[in-house]
Amino acid sequence: MSLLPAWKKENVRGISKVKGLLKFIACGSVDDGKSTLIGHMLYDAKLIFADQEKALALDSKVGSREGEVDYSLLLDGLMAEREQGITIDVAYRYFTTSNRSFIVADTPGHEQYTRNMAVGASFADLAIILIDATQGVLAQTKRHARICALMGIKHIVLAVNKMDLISYDKRRFEEINQEFLELTAGLGFKSVEAIPVSATEGDNITKPSLQTAWYNGLPLLPYLEHVDITTDAGEESFVMPVQRVCRPNHSFRGFQGQIESGSICIGDKITTLPNKEQAHINSIYIGDNAAETAVAGQPVTLQLDKEVDVSRGCVLSKGSSPEVADMFTATILWMDDSDLVAGRNYFIKIGSKMLPASVMNIKHKIDINTGKHISADRLFKNELASCDISVSEDMVFDKFSTHKSLGSLILIDRVTNMTSACGVIEHSLRRSSNVIWQETEITRESRSSQKGQKPLTLWFTGLSGSGKSTLANAVEKKLFSLGKHTMLLDGDNVRHGLNKNLGFKEVDRVENIRRIAEVSRLMNDAGIIVITSFISPFQNDRENAKQIIGDEYIEIYVNTSLEECERRDVKGLYEKARQGLIPNFTGISSPYEEPISPDIEINTSTCSVDEAVDVIIKVIQKRWK
Amino acid sequence: MQKISHLSQLEAEAIYIIREVAAECENPVMLYSIGKDSSVMLHLAMKAFYPEKPPFPFMHIDTTWKFREMIEFRDKKVKELGVEMIVHTHAAGVEQGINPFDHGSAYTDIMKTQALKEGLDNHGFTAAFGGARRDEEKSRAKERIFSFRNSSHAWDPKNQRPEMWKLYNTRINKGESIRVFPISNWTEKDIWQYIKRENIDIVPLYFAKERPVVFRDGNIIMVDDDRIQLLPGEKVETKKVRFRTLGCYPLTGGCESGAETLDEIIEETLSAISSERTTRVIDHESAASMEKRKREGYF
Ligand SMILES: Nc1nc2c(ncn2[C@@H]2O[C@H](COP(=O)(O)OP(=O)(O)O)[C@@H](O)[C@H]2O)c(=O)[nH]1
Repeated sequence: MSLLPAWKKENVRGISKVKGLLKFIACGSVDDGKSTLIGHMLYDAKLIFADQEKALALDSKVGSREGEVDYSLLLDGLMAEREQGITIDVAYRYFTTSNRSFIVADTPGHEQYTRNMAVGASFADLAIILIDATQGVLAQTKRHARICALMGIKHIVLAVNKMDLISYDKRRFEEINQEFLELTAGLGFKSVEAIPVSATEGDNITKPSLQTAWYNGLPLLPYLEHVDITTDAGEESFVMPVQRVCRPNHSFRGFQGQIESGSICIGDKITTLPNKEQAHINSIYIGDNAAETAVAGQPVTLQLDKEVDVSRGCVLSKGSSPEVADMFTATILWMDDSDLVAGRNYFIKIGSKMLPASVMNIKHKIDINTGKHISADRLFKNELASCDISVSEDMVFDKFSTHKSLGSLILIDRVTNMTSACGVIEHSLRRSSNVIWQETEITRESRSSQKGQKPLTLWFTGLSGSGKSTLANAVEKKLFSLGKHTMLLDGDNVRHGLNKNLGFKEVDRVENIRRIAEVSRLMNDAGIIVITSFISPFQNDRENAKQIIGDEYIEIYVNTSLEECERRDVKGLYEKARQGLIPNFTGISSPYEEPISPDIEINTSTCSVDEAVDVIIKVIQKRWK
Repeated sequence: MQKISHLSQLEAEAIYIIREVAAECENPVMLYSIGKDSSVMLHLAMKAFYPEKPPFPFMHIDTTWKFREMIEFRDKKVKELGVEMIVHTHAAGVEQGINPFDHGSAYTDIMKTQALKEGLDNHGFTAAFGGARRDEEKSRAKERIFSFRNSSHAWDPKNQRPEMWKLYNTRINKGESIRVFPISNWTEKDIWQYIKRENIDIVPLYFAKERPVVFRDGNIIMVDDDRIQLLPGEKVETKKVRFRTLGCYPLTGGCESGAETLDEIIEETLSAISSERTTRVIDHESAASMEKRKREGYF
């Protein structure tokens, strides 16, 4: 007769049916022995399948470090990593003991992989922080602890590894533990458990070690099986971000989402956010089962007793009041290869809501090793900073410390779509409610209808000398002759006045375009057709302008080859640039990013100025219809 | 605070992901391979939108070499649930007579990988749900839940987007697409326990039964039709076998087993000493082979 599998025994004995999941992360640097530790834990607990064991022995022969079974090979998966002998990405491993199911995120420890560690930490409830006993607490230890704290981890296991190399010295172990506790005192951990281990020898991994008779705590695996990670109060009130509206027919309208905290019953009164309407719960489905009540973590469909103005991105709440505002301060971790520049536009996602947003200013950088504040105007990959963020309209959010799911955010690059940053919200900024938009009685529509036209912004972009100014002038003349009210904004002219305090650094360039776009919008509000002529070489900046100007924005790409522009060299700039006299000159020492889908593209080597003007006027007339 | 069980946690995570994709992606599809993982995915999709039907179609890449019982099962499910099922086959491959016996890895490439790309491209799908799990093999262990592919469907393991909390970034540029794996965090054991808990219908091939088979290179191959070419010395025998994974019958090894009920399967699985993919014939290659195939666009 085969042995009953553990989970079945449990059912027979009727022990706790609810076997929770423990998601944890292991952090440590290259040679701290992290992969070996996890590998050994799985191996000892007989949690790996037989043929994986075979593969392990086989792989071991190929990439062996000492000729012994190399437990770390259980985890290092990607080819590139094997070649370099280090773990680069995040690997997830699954195992179950009779007491608990586990998911381990194995992440790299180098400073240049901070973002990978953050990915693992955002997913985990507990972190094992590895320390090499021969080295003690290092700068990286504090970095790991800081990232765990930032991402919301409350429980830490300090695995002091390689105890075999320090002769299982109790005093040294205690010193390390003490030092760690002092270093992390301000990080808000709820539990920190230090365990002396040897990953290669197997001391205190699954069984108590005879070498450390002085240690009376649990070995690592039994500790993980028993540690209590339930979050305490504070997240007790009901919150559900709406993922989608379910409308199978005219009579059914339900809001679908996952309950993030608290619970809900039929008949409960809820508040919708951001609109703050009130309604009662009429019916609850958990998946496809009708229910009386539902709790945190469950995927539900809720029907209300009356029509409310709720769509994806709204939040249903009961008994708590998340913030509704368009500005807040957050601590963010920059994860993109291209730097963060204050003023640039991104998409922000909080809960199920995505909106355009910009990082208004970087208040200060936070040294990831020491926690010190440093002033900065840009942020590089793997750096941490406190920033003020403004969103294009009111958004529902909360402090991360009160509500993890409404207090966490990501920023997305508008051009590459990269997840550029993640962050946690510290507090809302109240400026939004003090600077109130003054409604004017004469509207944009009345102003433009008086002028008998629809306002537009014709945004010319192209290399220096491509013919933007020539075309812009010709188009304005044509519009003028048609009796339209226009205004031409030209690069050089604007830099003489409005933008004379700006240079050519990246921050200045972003600000230059922002101001021009804001001015264009004001003029559009006044009913005027605006024509702008700026190189505007970066896709990101043009996206920014488009975002500010809105539907009135028409992008016109004057596509003239660099060779042709250089041949023309009307202002003699290319020659100077070639001699190195103009730094960051577009096309020579700085790139021009071609528009991906311009509204109009003009090739000046195959079409005359008059023909080009005709093309542009036709498009404008279509917009007017 | 009331806690929900480990299986319910996994179910909730998958439903959350499926709903996010339905809400944010332009043209999603759910790939359906008829296996147990696909059966779980289909079940999750039905639950996620109830009382609505899933707001996206399903797609099966049919190599024309699937077990006959699989195709019958697929057609039965479609009728029963009223979902939209697209069946795509690589027509050029069929014309050229590409088959698993003569063409080895070229067969997998053309009838599976190329066929999948073609199917996705033909319909302009921007997001495709797949039932891959991270516990299946090592290179999967590092794949994100949302996996981005360029316009030629290639995966770049060094340039994955960071995936934070539950904040999935579904934005893509024209020509790019996403593969989404809602059951990434499930293990084989979770799948079986969930099938039992939810009473999910699966293809009968998973249950042991007397079936005509041949022994070939240490694998038990079922004789599902007369296209199988017997090698000298091989003979068709009747054995009580079942299958732990389902695919193309000539490439899917069965195992001798007496497990005729779900409980017996679960018990057998839990005490199994060999992880499930060893029964898939094509997988006996170097550890790095899967990653190589995936870079080229294999699911
Ligand atoms: N140093 C520097 N100056 C620039 C750069 N881009 C533009 N400028 C200056 O800004 C002006 C922009 O004019 P532009 O729009 O070139 O030329 P158009 O295509 O003929 O209208 C140029 O005359 C330069 O003096 C740059 O990248 N670096």
